[in-house]
Amino acid sequence: MDTPILEMKDITKEFPGVKALSNVSFRVKKGEIHCLVGENGAGKSTLMKVLSGVYPYGSYTGDILFDGEPQKFFNIRDSERAGIAIIYQELALVPEMTVYENIFLGNEIKGRFVIDWNETIKRAGDALKKVRLNVNPETKVKDLGVGKQQLVEIAKALSKDVKLLILDEPTAALNEDDSENLLNLLRELRGHGVTCILISHKLKEVIEIADSVTVLRDGQTICTLDAAQGEVTENRLIKNMVGREINNIYPPKEKREVGESLLEVRNWNAYSPALGRVILRDVNFNVRKGEIVGIAGLMGSGRTELALSIFGNPVGYQIRGDIYIKGKKKSFHHPQDAISAGVAYVTEDRKGNGLVLIQDVKQNITLANLREIAKRSVVNDNMEVKVANEYKTSLNIKTPTVEQKVMNLSGGNQQKVSVAKWLFVKPDVLILDEPTRGIDVGAKFEIYTIMRRLVSQGMGIIMISSELPEVLGMSDRIYIVSSGRITGELPIEEATQEKIMQMATN
Amino acid sequence: MSFFTDLQKTLRQNIREYGMFIALFLIMAIFTATTDGVFISPRNISNLLNQTGYIAVLAVGMTLVIVIRHIDLSVGFLAGFLGAIAAIALTSWGLPVYIVIPMVLVMGVLAGCITAFPVAQLGIPSFVASLAGWLIYRGAILLVTLKTGTIIIPDEAFNAIGNGYISDIPGLDSFLPELHKLTLLLGLIAIVFYIISEINSRRNKIAYNFEVLSSGVFALKLIFMSALIGLITWVLAGYNGLSWTVVIVLIVVGVYHFVTTQTVLGRHIYAMGGNPEAAQLSGINVKKLIYVVFGSMGMLSALSGILFASRLQSATTTAGTLFELDAIAAAYVGGVSAAGGVGKVTGSIIGALVMLSLTSGMNLMGIDISLQYIVRGAVLVMAVVFDVATRTSGK
Ligand SMILES: Nc1ncnc2c1ncn2[C@@H]1O[C@H](COP(=O)(O)OP(=O)(O)OP(=O)(O)O)[C@@H](O)[C@H]1O
Ligand SMILES: [Mg+2]
Repeated sequence: MDTPILEMKDITKEFPGVKALSNVSFRVKKGEIHCLVGENGAGKSTLMKVLSGVYPYGSYTGDILFDGEPQKFFNIRDSERAGIAIIYQELALVPEMTVYENIFLGNEIKGRFVIDWNETIKRAGDALKKVRLNVNPETKVKDLGVGKQQLVEIAKALSKDVKLLILDEPTAALNEDDSENLLNLLRELRGHGVTCILISHKLKEVIEIADSVTVLRDGQTICTLDAAQGEVTENRLIKNMVGREINNIYPPKEKREVGESLLEVRNWNAYSPALGRVILRDVNFNVRKGEIVGIAGLMGSGRTELALSIFGNPVGYQIRGDIYIKGKKKSFHHPQDAISAGVAYVTEDRKGNGLVLIQDVKQNITLANLREIAKRSVVNDNMEVKVANEYKTSLNIKTPTVEQKVMNLSGGNQQKVSVAKWLFVKPDVLILDEPTRGIDVGAKFEIYTIMRRLVSQGMGIIMISSELPEVLGMSDRIYIVSSGRITGELPIEEATQEKIMQMATN
Repeated sequence: MSFFTDLQKTLRQNIREYGMFIALFLIMAIFTATTDGVFISPRNISNLLNQTGYIAVLAVGMTLVIVIRHIDLSVGFLAGFLGAIAAIALTSWGLPVYIVIPMVLVMGVLAGCITAFPVAQLGIPSFVASLAGWLIYRGAILLVTLKTGTIIIPDEAFNAIGNGYISDIPGLDSFLPELHKLTLLLGLIAIVFYIISEINSRRNKIAYNFEVLSSGVFALKLIFMSALIGLITWVLAGYNGLSWTVVIVLIVVGVYHFVTTQTVLGRHIYAMGGNPEAAQLSGINVKKLIYVVFGSMGMLSALSGILFASRLQSATTTAGTLFELDAIAAAYVGGVSAAGGVGKVTGSIIGALVMLSLTSGMNLMGIDISLQYIVRGAVLVMAVVFDVATRTSGK
């Protein structure tokens, strides 16, 4: 059990202007579940991309020993051949293809000349059984939930005879049940001798599942902790990740006066022509000056749809109902209308519809409020840089300059750029959809602190979140959404996890 | 010593931008050598620029269309059709030039908006919508020239757009008699203006503590660009001076370059190209932008049609054939990315010059048209491969 299956020695990887990894050493024992943790931008994803050949041999320095052999991977194929499979932070399935096509994509089973579809479907069925996913292999991937898609990814990896499975933040977008499912599956795979590297910002699950944990900080290995020795504790993880102690995960609430109603939604109904069904029914809620309103619910309960339908309805739902801004009735036909009325929406899917990845940090930050830095429609470039640098400092965005392309930032720092973009709009009501997804503990604390500061300055915040502890820790009032309806409203004093879960599932 | 390392670094970092200039320079050098200098003669260069005009304005518009992830195939025959309308308006309807030109430009905008309508409102792919336009305008040209065939345009003012040159400063005939003084003066003003604006922007950047080119490399860049402008001015001044076509193209490029790089509208266009959903959620009206971009494309098609008809002093039944593909090729050679959100108006102009230089040079060398097509195809592929290769290595 103690022989290492993988040893990475003195790995150094530089990008223009950034040293992402410097002399990192990383050792994984055969048959263990090894967690890799660290702040946003610590270099976790980069290390795994080095290992899997995404960054080819020669573009980094250092040695990789896998199964006792020195390895030179020039591309992903090479590492796959050696028995390494990686599942990226972003899923890499083709939504329009069926489950079985996806599982054997790039690895097709051929008869003499053509693909042997019968064999493919049969083997896909076997692979699905291994991950305990009970779906018809002929379903299209787009018709599955995120949790199931994640399992399809793993089935795909397993179909290739893997020895080492790498998962980069697989549970970030999963609800509790799906996450639990996934962790159980990993345990089972461990029983079959598959070694596993898991990157996660959810310390609870790290503590629950890890045999050992390696902590990275600023591109360096800080330590490796052994669970059997009782070294894997929350305090120790946080201290090593952040470099200091964080005693409260949530900044303290100040006593504040809750003021007038900023945004109120009445009798809100929405029908999606694309899905062909009603997605919101008789929703009533409001947010007042100086409060954080949490919106809890399961994935797919309609929370993001609610936010989108209020925020100018860009998807084209058919809507009935009224919106009141500071008591005045309004109707929004386009996100523009909502923005000018003082509403901002930080989307849940920052890469899909939040950021323009090929543009740089400053352009993203100013995009929704270019007029502010323009005179007679001509953009003042220098002012733009100044604004961007202010947010870079105040949100602690880790990037060499604000001229860096957003696609080169780590996931968590991209999230901060999204938040910065909407703060620059200077809204009265800020809707945050899963604001801390994929964000490390330190950055979470920073975002929470910012939220508190904003409400104390008179903003109203709506926070959609699937993390119950976060909802309970941050909200002043909580609405629970289930199947497109609001099934409950709880003041924070009365809210408990059990009550929320019960309302969310009925 | 450090000057050369600086220079190397700058070149390597900006290989994509400078690559095109270098390619253009090489092509010109090769043709100059193979044609015993005929290629670089003032007369040929002047002709070349005038021929580039009607493709160049299309390439400018096409750049924006491709940046927002669309395509417009209808522009060639639209240009031909509107050229024919201009000819008819001048001859049969007897309208004066100063009415005909704005009228045709407005018709171009309308035509662009009509193509944009199904794209913006119904989400029809622009390939299909503009392919329909291609067929319709092709039919339309044939229809309006059905009775007359080629329409000869007798209007001198109109024909001057494609064939005339700006007049010289009066009363200076004895001074430098072979050269066009106003052209030289304008060239000089352009150089001074360029140097001042570069120095200003550098000073501004230093004030904000940004990275700037080292002073040696910066000076070299200024000298190189000034020499280039100076050379072109000198060559043109040696023939008839600046043609109206070149003036028009310069104005169009100037305006579009300013709008795309400096204004809110330009930013919105590039953001929409980079990620349409994010742009929409940022309060950008993407439907409106589709109308704006296609409308501008239509207007430039009209301008292209005017330039072409004026150059030929007539409207023909086949005017505009394959213009759209030349414009698209120019844009791609100029570094526009099909994935959207990337591409410069100035790049496309260089792209157009590259393609037209090839044609002109090979014509001078007497190379057969069949080979010409093959060479142009090969250059297109090479340019795009180069572009993609430098883009990924920059990561
Ligand atoms: N292609 C790239 N070009 C330039 N810099 C990059 C590139 N990829 C990553 N970086 C930088 O390298 C550092 C490490 O990034 P990496 O994605 O490995 O972080 P991470 O630990 O996975 O963070 P997260 O938890 O936010 O996903 C960051 O500072 C990031 O900005
Ligand atoms: Mg990562």
